[in-house]
Parts: sequence; C-alpha cells; structure tokens
Amino acid sequence: MDRFVKPVYLDADKCNGCVACMRRCPTEAIRVRDGKAQVMYERCVGCGECVKVCPTHAKKESCDGFESRKKFKYTVALACPSIYGQFNHLDNLDYVLNGIKRLGFDDVCDVGHYARYVSAATTEYIKNSGAAKPVISSACPAILNLIRMRYAHLLDHLSPMKQPEEIAAAAAARKAEQTTHLAREDIGIFLITHCAANTMNRSDASDLNEIDGFISLKEIYFQLLTEMNKLKSCDLEKLASADALGVSWGCSTGEAMGLGTKKFIVADGIENVMTVLGDLEHDKLGDIDFLELNACTQGCVGGSMNLENPFLARMRLRLFREKLPLEPPNDYEGMEAYMRSRPYSSRESAFRLSENRQEAIKKMIRIKQIYEKLPHINCGNCGAPTCMAFAEDVVNGLAVKCKFLKEDI
Amino acid sequence: MSASESIKLRYDVNGEDFVTCGQASEDVKRTLKGIGIPADTIRRVSIAMYEGEINMVIHGGGGVAQVEIFDSEIKIVLADTGKGIADIDKAMQEGFSTATDDIRELGFGAGMGLPNMKKYSDEFRIDSKVGEGTTVTMTIKF
Repeated sequence: MDRFVKPVYLDADKCNGCVACMRRCPTEAIRVRDGKAQVMYERCVGCGECVKVCPTHAKKESCDGFESRKKFKYTVALACPSIYGQFNHLDNLDYVLNGIKRLGFDDVCDVGHYARYVSAATTEYIKNSGAAKPVISSACPAILNLIRMRYAHLLDHLSPMKQPEEIAAAAAARKAEQTTHLAREDIGIFLITHCAANTMNRSDASDLNEIDGFISLKEIYFQLLTEMNKLKSCDLEKLASADALGVSWGCSTGEAMGLGTKKFIVADGIENVMTVLGDLEHDKLGDIDFLELNACTQGCVGGSMNLENPFLARMRLRLFREKLPLEPPNDYEGMEAYMRSRPYSSRESAFRLSENRQEAIKKMIRIKQIYEKLPHINCGNCGAPTCMAFAEDVVNGLAVKCKFLKEDI
Repeated sequence: MSASESIKLRYDVNGEDFVTCGQASEDVKRTLKGIGIPADTIRRVSIAMYEGEINMVIHGGGGVAQVEIFDSEIKIVLADTGKGIADIDKAMQEGFSTATDDIRELGFGAGMGLPNMKKYSDEFRIDSKVGEGTTVTMTIKF
C-alpha cells in the first residue's frame, strides 16, 4: 500500500501561470488551472523537472526541514555520494561529513559505503540468476515510479536490490540502537537529499523503510560550508567510508561500471530514459546485461537540490574516484541480504481511462474524435500540455476549453 | 452501449524513414495502456507491430497500418505495395533474411521479424504477391 507523499508543491503566490513546467513534465501530470500550475499527484514520478524549469521558483521539493530533527533524542544524517561533488577545493571527504555532524547531528553515515553492497549483490544477481535481461537499475526513485506507472510490463526487469540509502538507514538505525540503547522511535534517521523523488515513499515494496525525514541539501548548504571552513584537518573524525566505487554512484555510469560486465547502457535525463525504455519495449536493445537509468542529467549530481552544476560536480567525483582505493566489502552477506522482500507493484491505473474495459474503449473512441477536431499545435492555452492531453481531460470530465475550437465539444 | 464498439486507428508508414519508424506501434501502445490492457499483452502487441513496421520500411517501401481494438482482441493489418515475397515458407524461417548489408549494419535484418510476429500473435496470416505487395494480418487476444 502506498503511503503517498507529494514530492513537489506549488507556492501559488509565486506561480504566474506560465506553461514551462506543464510542457516539461514527462508524464503530463501538470495542468494550468485558474492561472496556477497544479500537479496531478497520482501521475507524478517526482523527477523534479518542474522545479528545475520554473522561472519564478514557484515549484518546490517537499522536505521535512532542518528543524524537524529536534523531535528525536538522537539523530543520524545520511550523506549521499553526490554531495562530494558540491564543494570546490575539497580534498578529503571527511570535511563534508564532519561539517554535517557539527550542524547538529549525533552521527553521520556515508551512503557511498553501502552502495558497494548493492554493487556486489547486483553483480551476483546479473551473473547467477535467471533474471530478465537487461536488469534495470532500481537506484533512481523517479525511474522506479516511471516504470511502475508507464512501463509496468518491464517490472520483472527491475533489479530487486534495495537502494543504498535504505540499506544505510537500516544500518545506521541498528548502530544507533546499540550504542545509545534508545528506542527506535527516539532515533531520527535523516537523509540529506538532493532528490525530489527521494522524498516520495517509494518503499512500499519493502518492509524496510527506516528513513525518518528528508533534509534538503539546498537548505543546509551555506551553514554546512561555514562549518566545513572552520574545520582543520587535525579535527577530522573518520566518518567517510565510501571507496572509489561508492563515490562513483553519485553520477551516471558510476553504478554500471561496478558490475563486472561491459554490456551495459547508461541513460540520463528522463526524456532519454524514456527513449531507451521504449526501445526495450520493442525488444530493440539486443544482448544487454544492465540498464542504468537516471532521471537527472548526469545522474544524482543533477538532482534539483544540488548547488553545483552537474557537469562540474561529476568531474569532482571522478577525481575522487581516481584517488580513492577500491575496497570490496569484506562483510558482504550474499545478494539475498540486500533484496526487497516483495517485487514492485504496478501503478498503471493512474493513466487508465476506466477500470471497465468497454467503458474505457468508449472513452478512447471519444478522445480520438475530439483530437481530430483540435489544431494539433500543442499551444498549452487550454491548460493542458498537448492537444491529446486536452482531449483526454475533456473525456475525463475536467472542464477545459480550446480557443481554436468554434463548435462545442 | 453496443458490444461491437471498437477503436479504429490508421497510420501511413513512410517507406524511407527509419528514424520515425515505430510511431504507429508507439501510438497503439499508448492507446492500449489507456484502456487498461494487461502489461504482458501490450508487450506482445508492441513487439509484433514494431517488427511489422520495420518490415514495411525495409522490404515494402512503406504502406498503411490499420489497427482495430475490440474489448477482447486487437487486429492489426499491415499492407504494403512493395516487391512481395517469393517464398513465404522460407521467409517465415528464423534467421532467413533478404535485407541488404546496409540494413544489417543498422542492427536490423536478423531474420527474426516475421517469426517474431507470428510468435507473439494468436492469429497470423500473410498474403503476398511478387510485384504487388504483402499484407500481414495479426490478431492478439487480450
């Protein structure tokens, strides 16, 4: 069952009713009504494109806020590898993690460390199981949502591995319980996030969802920078444990190149991902082991709550990768330990015209009839992103008007 | 509501264009998703139809794809006015292809088109006359 969270929200005062986000949305989940861009959340995959493209900064990611950590007696921050690409002149990962700790967390956990377990488990899965090939990465939560909503017949290709941040959260929670003897509800596990989709609960297929809150990197960045600048290298506590491979997860290709196969395809940018998924639907990709798909340009470094441009951030991660050792996890427990207990379910119904097929066919016929009368210029004046979406809206009973249409629909 | 209501779709398939090839099956896929056809069936339809479109471009010089969606099945008729198939039995064999090296270079022409179309459809019929063209009719049940 989905405990559904809205990954983005609208600051209505700032929205001037332009159609930038509506046009960009890859699942046509936005409509402009009464001069405001509204999200149809049941269709939203959380990719954050609307946030990135909004000229008035009216679309925002839903996070919990830095202050929300005060509800807990003991707090742990999880830091994703992409964060290491956000700072100029950074020569030691521990400046970032120590800085985060000094912001007011009791402990900090390096998600890149846990990414290595996912790499090892995925390698084993690709090699040994009768998995549907290509195996599709399940690391990007927006892509997970996209596949569940729009490409449900590819669900059996999805990697059954948990996401590194989920594994990290569970490990951090166990460690905190052991060291503090506090009850789990007194321990707050917070993900410092760059990713709008991360804030959605995408873990309904898992019995393990131990992230208690999400804090935007954007919100804490300047405070963090101040803390980092105060640190001297002799003050640094050893917190970072990501190796070369773990750090690489922060940008595209980072996951794929750690899997012991060269037969992988990496696509980033959600439009490009949709092209690749379309080709896979047509059985067009041939003999491929793994598909790494990232909704954001250049992967996680392209997330909407990052500060640095993704290309520069990627270069910095590459430099760390070259410098850091490669350390396969010595306590790896075999792939089952990192797998979800249940497969992901379809969420296609959000795009279905009716649960009754005859009724759906009737509506579809009507949609095609309406579409024929429209100008096919996708101007967006009606508040729908395309003429086809307009026709669907009319049939779905959403009041809309096309200014080019003289007759009544 | 009469039970015989159906969605009728028609697409012109441009015989010279590899790049836009697949648009018809893309649109059919979207339509089937909208009416809630099971995911597995959509996969079969989209592969069969895409292979058919490719064939129309490679061998048929383009043509017309007509699709009719009923509540229990989809019927796809792909008709071209190309050079036709001399030996249909041979054309249906896996791995047999008359595609040129240029086409193979693009990753097509593996000789799996017609066999796949037959494999993924519940009813499959091919009519062809050399010099007049080929018509493939596929029915896939929901």
